[in-house]
Amino acid sequence: MIPELGHFALILALLLSAVQAGFSLTGAARANPVWMSAGLSAARGQFVFTGIAFLCLGYAFYANDFSVLYVASNSNSALPLQYRLAAIWGGHEGSMLLWTTTLALWTVAVTVFSRHLPEVFRARLLGTMGLISIGFLAFILFSSNPFDRLIPAALDGRDLNPLLQDAGMVYHPPVLYMGYVGFSVAFGFAIAALLGGELTPEWARWTRTWTTVAWMFLTVGIAFGSKWAYYELGWGGWWFWDAVENASFMPWLVGTALIHSLAVTEKRDAFKLWTVLLAIFAFSLSLLGTFLVRSGVLTSVHAFATDPRRGLFILVFLGLVVGGALTLFAFRAPRVGLGGKFGMVSRESFLLTNNVILIAAAGAVMLGTLYPLFLDALGMGKISVGPPYFDTVFVPVMMPAIFLMGLAIFARWKNADLPALAIRLKWAFAVSVVTALLLPLVMGKWTPLVALGLLMALWIITTALISLSDRLKKRETGWLRSIIGLPSAYQGMIVAHLGVAVFIVGVTMVKGYEVEQDMRMSPGDTVQVGGYDFKFDGISELPGPNYTAALGHFSVTRNGKPVAEMKPEKRMYTVQTMPMTEAAISPGLFHDLYLSLGEPVSDKAWAVRIYIKPFVQWIWFGCLMMAAGGLLALLDPRYRRRNKAQEGDAA
Amino acid sequence: MKPRHKRLAFIVAGLAALAIAAALVLNAFRSNLVFFYTPTQVANGEAPKNTSFRIGGLVEQGSLKREENSLDVHFAVTDTAKRMEVVYSGILPDLFKEGKGVVAQGKLGEDGIFRADNVLAKHDENYMPPEAAEALKQAGALNEKTGKSLVTPQSEKQ
Repeated sequence: MIPELGHFALILALLLSAVQAGFSLTGAARANPVWMSAGLSAARGQFVFTGIAFLCLGYAFYANDFSVLYVASNSNSALPLQYRLAAIWGGHEGSMLLWTTTLALWTVAVTVFSRHLPEVFRARLLGTMGLISIGFLAFILFSSNPFDRLIPAALDGRDLNPLLQDAGMVYHPPVLYMGYVGFSVAFGFAIAALLGGELTPEWARWTRTWTTVAWMFLTVGIAFGSKWAYYELGWGGWWFWDAVENASFMPWLVGTALIHSLAVTEKRDAFKLWTVLLAIFAFSLSLLGTFLVRSGVLTSVHAFATDPRRGLFILVFLGLVVGGALTLFAFRAPRVGLGGKFGMVSRESFLLTNNVILIAAAGAVMLGTLYPLFLDALGMGKISVGPPYFDTVFVPVMMPAIFLMGLAIFARWKNADLPALAIRLKWAFAVSVVTALLLPLVMGKWTPLVALGLLMALWIITTALISLSDRLKKRETGWLRSIIGLPSAYQGMIVAHLGVAVFIVGVTMVKGYEVEQDMRMSPGDTVQVGGYDFKFDGISELPGPNYTAALGHFSVTRNGKPVAEMKPEKRMYTVQTMPMTEAAISPGLFHDLYLSLGEPVSDKAWAVRIYIKPFVQWIWFGCLMMAAGGLLALLDPRYRRRNKAQEGDAA
Repeated sequence: MKPRHKRLAFIVAGLAALAIAAALVLNAFRSNLVFFYTPTQVANGEAPKNTSFRIGGLVEQGSLKREENSLDVHFAVTDTAKRMEVVYSGILPDLFKEGKGVVAQGKLGEDGIFRADNVLAKHDENYMPPEAAEALKQAGALNEKTGKSLVTPQSEKQ
């Protein structure tokens, strides 16, 4: 009964989204307030029914209803409750439902927090989002219905893929989707502006709030995924340039460009068309990511089903969205106009250059991700593009962007003075260069890449500090109080930029100084890795709820002093008879000790993998700082005051 | 210089920078492509010497051997038509098993033994790496039954 209710709720949601799109768009075109408010109510109703469908599927998992095919394929009665609920998005159908539910959530958020928008504009926005909802709801109903019955019912389910049985599965997908789908709001704003043929600084201010929230979710979601891969996959990598990771990284790069471009549109009424184009691209890349991950053209933990029909549907939908949006852009762009003028050397030009660099980086990632797929699709052989390509391309492409990041916070709008900038920042530059050259020597091994990475991080830090101290020169109160008193948009920018520096430090140190050793160990053996002594004390059995595990016991000492007890596991999941490695990690501010069990190589001996990962936690902490910067920027009063707020002076 | 010339110079410089960047990207791209060959193609001598490439197929039954005092493993990859000896040093992925699909990346030695520096297996029980499936298909022997039935049959449970 409950699954049928869920199915029925989805059908109603589809009808309501059609009402939402139809009434909002025609209502806006005819300036008919009754129609527009009908569209608004339909949007809310659509959220209610999509939510009901989602809860129904959740209930089926909760109640172990194995007469539902999707539940039987992705759950098991022995699966702990939190994973049974996370299994809602453990397969293709359910994650599409999560996508749509997230979209409905964003839509209803727009209806609640958009009272300040002009009615016609809001109707166009909701209409656009309604069109997207139609696409996804139709996709679920016609090709990926999670409520399909299995008759006769299975006695028990096939279980969730053991790789996904982890706390990461509970929060990584919803947070990431909040980010992905959140760009649909920015997309809606762009389309609404094009339809209206008008793009004002107010428009940029409204769009900025929504885009920043989506970008924050995306940042945190990617960081969660990276951390999860780090501890779950058992080989201590945090980023693999896997096509699925790239699929989330491309919208992030474009989204980052978009939030900066929006700043210019808001402050200077410039970059108008560029901003609109970026909003379209950011969402298109989110859709492309969905296509890549869900169509089965890629194979990874994230790809569930290989059903060409589904891939084709998403591809056609993608074509309609991108094609439609760009066509509209082509017709309406001249009416919107280019916006304010600016000098060759100005904050605008620096931001524009960085925008172009971010897009170029996204393009390079896209080339490496899509080219193998094209070749394969054309039957021209199978190739793969490995991490070396992305590493060699990404670092040099991003370097000028990092350099300009430091300059741009000092450059004045409209026209900046390059020699003056140089004089102002010469000390920051000198300090960064000298420290970057000397620091690797202290660490014990000098390599150009480490020095370069540190230089970039230090440049961001020193320029941020100089900017901060400039601001505090005129202070009348104590340091701390004046820092708190700064406009929160400015604080947000500084925190986010420092987050980038922290991230770069993490990446540089891990790449430069990680120690990795695979070896064969029998109980009683001791090995020394990176100054630590790892003693293998033995193996014991550990029964879990739906697996049995071999638990390794290792004691770690340094110069005879105990440092940590590490207990890596090798689990055997009973339903799918699938082995899984659970690494033992002893995290630290300056390095992680990472230990994982390979396989037993003889009666007693095991293959053991030991890593020392310097500064690896900084990578994720840096991402969280970027997101925190976004949050701070949102707290700026001018986003909350509805009347013409006095402008904070930071971008 | 007149402002107009200045702007032109800036645009030219920008385009030049973009062209250099594109050239670098494409160059890095070309030198980092990894091609895929089936054991049959390797046996026919189509695979390159001294460059890294990927092979795929099934791990031959009974071919897995470990060295006594190191982490070196020997196994053979087969596409059911031809087989190929592989040696790898390190920890194999969790889902590496005899009779299951595998993809290995590495170089072909003078002795005809493939020295893998990376071994990839699949992510779950039902899924076969596409390269491995391709190798079997080309050898004309893809067994349709790659996956078990979706749901545990009732009889099996009782």
